[in-house]
Amino acid sequence: MQRHSKKHIRFTLNGEPTEVAFAPHKTLLEVLREDLNLTGTKHGCELGECGTCAVLVDGRSILSCLMLGLDAEDRDVKTIEGMADGAELHPLQQTFADLGAAQCGYCSPGFLLVAEELLKKSPNPSRAEIQEALSGNLCRCTGYIKIYEAVELAAARMRGEEFELPKESVYGLE
Amino acid sequence: MAKDLNIIGKPFRKVDARAKCVGQTKFADDIVLPRMLICKILRSHQPHALIKSIDASKALALPGVFAVVTGKDFPVPYGILPVSQDEHALCVDKVRFIGDPVAAVAAIDEDVAFDAMNLIEVAYEPLNTISTIEEAVLIDEPRIHDYGEGGNIHKKVSLEFGSVEEGFAEADLVREDTFFYEGNTHLPLEQHAAVAHYDTDRKITLWSSTQTPHYVHRALAKVLGLPASHIRVIATPNGGGFGGKSDPFNHEVVVCKLSMITGRPVKVTLTREEVFYCHRGRHPILMKVKTGVKKDGAITGMHFQSYLDGGAYGSYGVASTFYSGALQTVTYDVPRYKFQGVRTFTNKPPCGPKRGHGTPQPRYALEVHLDKIAEQLGLDPVDIRRRHLVPPNSVTANYLRIGSMGLGQCIDKVVEGSRWKERFSGWDPRNRKLPFGKGIGIACSSYICGAGLPIYWNNMPQSGVQLRLDRQGGVCVMCGSTDIGQGSDSILAYIVAEVLGIDPFDIRVVTADTDLTPVDLGSYSSRVTLMTGNAAIQAAERARELLVMAVAEKLGVPIENLALAERRVFDVENPEVGVSFAEAVVLAESKFGTIGTVGSYSPPRSPGKFKGSGVGPSPAYSYSAAVAEVDVNPDTGIVVVERVWIAHDIGRSINPMLVIGQVEGSVYMGLGEILMEEMVYRENRNVVHKFPSMLEYKSPTTMEMCEVKTYLIEDPDPNGPYGAKEVGQGPLLPVPPAVANAVYNAVGVRIDEVPITPEKVLRALKDKARGRDGRFGPDSVPPVDWPEPLRVLTPSEGGDGTEMPHVAVHS
Repeated sequence: MQRHSKKHIRFTLNGEPTEVAFAPHKTLLEVLREDLNLTGTKHGCELGECGTCAVLVDGRSILSCLMLGLDAEDRDVKTIEGMADGAELHPLQQTFADLGAAQCGYCSPGFLLVAEELLKKSPNPSRAEIQEALSGNLCRCTGYIKIYEAVELAAARMRGEEFELPKESVYGLE
Repeated sequence: MAKDLNIIGKPFRKVDARAKCVGQTKFADDIVLPRMLICKILRSHQPHALIKSIDASKALALPGVFAVVTGKDFPVPYGILPVSQDEHALCVDKVRFIGDPVAAVAAIDEDVAFDAMNLIEVAYEPLNTISTIEEAVLIDEPRIHDYGEGGNIHKKVSLEFGSVEEGFAEADLVREDTFFYEGNTHLPLEQHAAVAHYDTDRKITLWSSTQTPHYVHRALAKVLGLPASHIRVIATPNGGGFGGKSDPFNHEVVVCKLSMITGRPVKVTLTREEVFYCHRGRHPILMKVKTGVKKDGAITGMHFQSYLDGGAYGSYGVASTFYSGALQTVTYDVPRYKFQGVRTFTNKPPCGPKRGHGTPQPRYALEVHLDKIAEQLGLDPVDIRRRHLVPPNSVTANYLRIGSMGLGQCIDKVVEGSRWKERFSGWDPRNRKLPFGKGIGIACSSYICGAGLPIYWNNMPQSGVQLRLDRQGGVCVMCGSTDIGQGSDSILAYIVAEVLGIDPFDIRVVTADTDLTPVDLGSYSSRVTLMTGNAAIQAAERARELLVMAVAEKLGVPIENLALAERRVFDVENPEVGVSFAEAVVLAESKFGTIGTVGSYSPPRSPGKFKGSGVGPSPAYSYSAAVAEVDVNPDTGIVVVERVWIAHDIGRSINPMLVIGQVEGSVYMGLGEILMEEMVYRENRNVVHKFPSMLEYKSPTTMEMCEVKTYLIEDPDPNGPYGAKEVGQGPLLPVPPAVANAVYNAVGVRIDEVPITPEKVLRALKDKARGRDGRFGPDSVPPVDWPEPLRVLTPSEGGDGTEMPHVAVHS
């Protein structure tokens, strides 16, 4: 049973030319998850409130629950599935995993992509800059602190700098 | 043989962390099966009404609709607790809150399901509503439920350990305070979702975002009328739980039934608004606490009363009621203790367990109350706490057995870290060292490491672990525990790796599948590390024994000389003499056959034997102390928490990095509760949820989160695996009262009602400016007809944990 005839678009998805047909009222979030089976993009509200469904469109973070799939035509969309370089994780993915910045992991794809956008613009962000950049993403598990640390460590590695995480972040204060 | 630990205590990444960072983890809504239908649930827009009729004919006629179910399809009630089986998957004859499920459809896609849902016609006959604790106490009719303790009272508890009146008579000061803690909700980022598949062998599989697959399994067996052995529940990784996915839920039952009817897989994913209606979150509790103290702050007796707004169903509420009175005794010595608790039914989403289950509310009340007592006695709030700690290895007045007790060290750490002595200047505002508007406050707390008793009575273990070793050196650990983000899968891997001398990432962890994994009761009550950890140690040590027996024979080395480390089994005296771990498995399999072992864990028996003694006992208690530093703007009333120093008595960290992550997350959640989060209702009957959305239900973003300074106190507990205690819930508890006490220190007003919103601060400041006491909070409690308390002699009075036989005992 199909009440809406599908519309067909072409766009670049995670670096690959992609074609997909879907009901025209669908959001990009729904198209990614339901029509392209890329379920790495999550949803927490589908009202633009929680940041969980963030993806990069032409390098800028957007909430995929608020963008029509049709508006992705000819655009360059990047989801969490396209963040790693082949089998090599993005430095942010490594630090998020290594430092416990992903607890339940449900908000992580959104945070990771927004953090990637931040580091492209600002390779050496202050803690305050990180807080502001991530302020549209909710996380209920971490209290955000391990996320900040993961962004800072990844940023340092991407700049090719040695960076030692404070011992207290891992073992607590003496 | 003393052995250095190779894995325990090290900051390994979680075994599932990378999958979560690349989008590979499959949460419940990520599951797609061929021919899968989509379910939508029609919910009541009436807060309290009789269902006169339901007409689904238009929905059924809509092309693409495969089935519609209503309450008639679910005659059997269920509920998480055996004593409150008061839910139906869909309401049968009555709705009890806005959001109560009434009918459900299965359709070809979400759009059709949504349209069909809206074509179902329900005729209601509205009933008067009950919307507050006071109304529930005072108004008997209409009753929301026809069980409980009369009228709209769900449960009353009345317990007395020793004579509290004698305690008050001995006291130099008796103080009474009243507090209110507003309800709030878990707000997991992942909305609840479930997929059911009834197959041609008439077996059903349910994938669900649940913290308690075993209890869901039991509920499904009861409600669906299928043999339990034909039901398989798989808990998918939870996108946040916090207690909100611990009940068997109506949507889980509904999709199973729809799959049985249609013969196709059926998925349901709740909207965010529906998640607010599922709730089962923090109970709003009105509390009255009366304490007698000596001049030095030693407590002589305490009487605590809790009045809980339970919402529309039982859920865990009977346990919540007991918990609201159980843990007052485990931090400071309380020689005589009386607890009275009442849980009411109201026409609002049901309350249940949220992080700290039933204890953050009384802990907030107790710690602010203690602060007021300290002021009245002229004592430093640190000293009144530090001087009167419960001793380790003791039994409290209400028969909770304390093992290790690191609260003193916790207090010392946060006092030192926050430079308390330099910054707290006593109670006279004229002597203050910090500028007006800046303040610090302290609070302490404790939490259980697993409930002593399961939810249904049985003599079986609370946790089981099964290990399989294969001849390629692979190790598979299977356990019914559910990873809700806290890292329980990783804990299993770390512990088995430690015992077997391999790498945690060598291990395959299979969890939370009722067909494949031995029962673990679930991820609640901070039980998982302690209970699965002990079960995993037992299973792994049994496997280790088989390996060393086989290797000892092969190498001609005494068994006691063999060690397992770095993927080898070797002679500690000649480390080069040994075999690889995989070779050891081959030797063992050659000698003994296929290698599989099991381990299980049952908590020790509690010394309490009185009726009601089942809630509170635990194998161990974790302890926390926190100092909060706040900035309060007296013109706007806005409270900014700048920093929290928190020390947590973890026993031993299995993985300190994950422990700190739980501490920081707990501080965050406590901050949300004290500053902004509230489940509140509007309209003249006060039963319409004010803001069932993430935008309007305020929770802390990165901009509100404070700096956290964490100290871990490692004092291994004999009952914990490697001495480990819990961390997932306990560190939330001291945060709300520490902030409340700091607000008082900053601007001299007491906000005795959570959350501390700017409006309340401003009203209290205005009140104070008019020369009054500058307090915002409740003044009275409703007139509950309390039953005669069940009296128990305390251990120090020679009691044996049973109730005194000669007094009337209410049922």
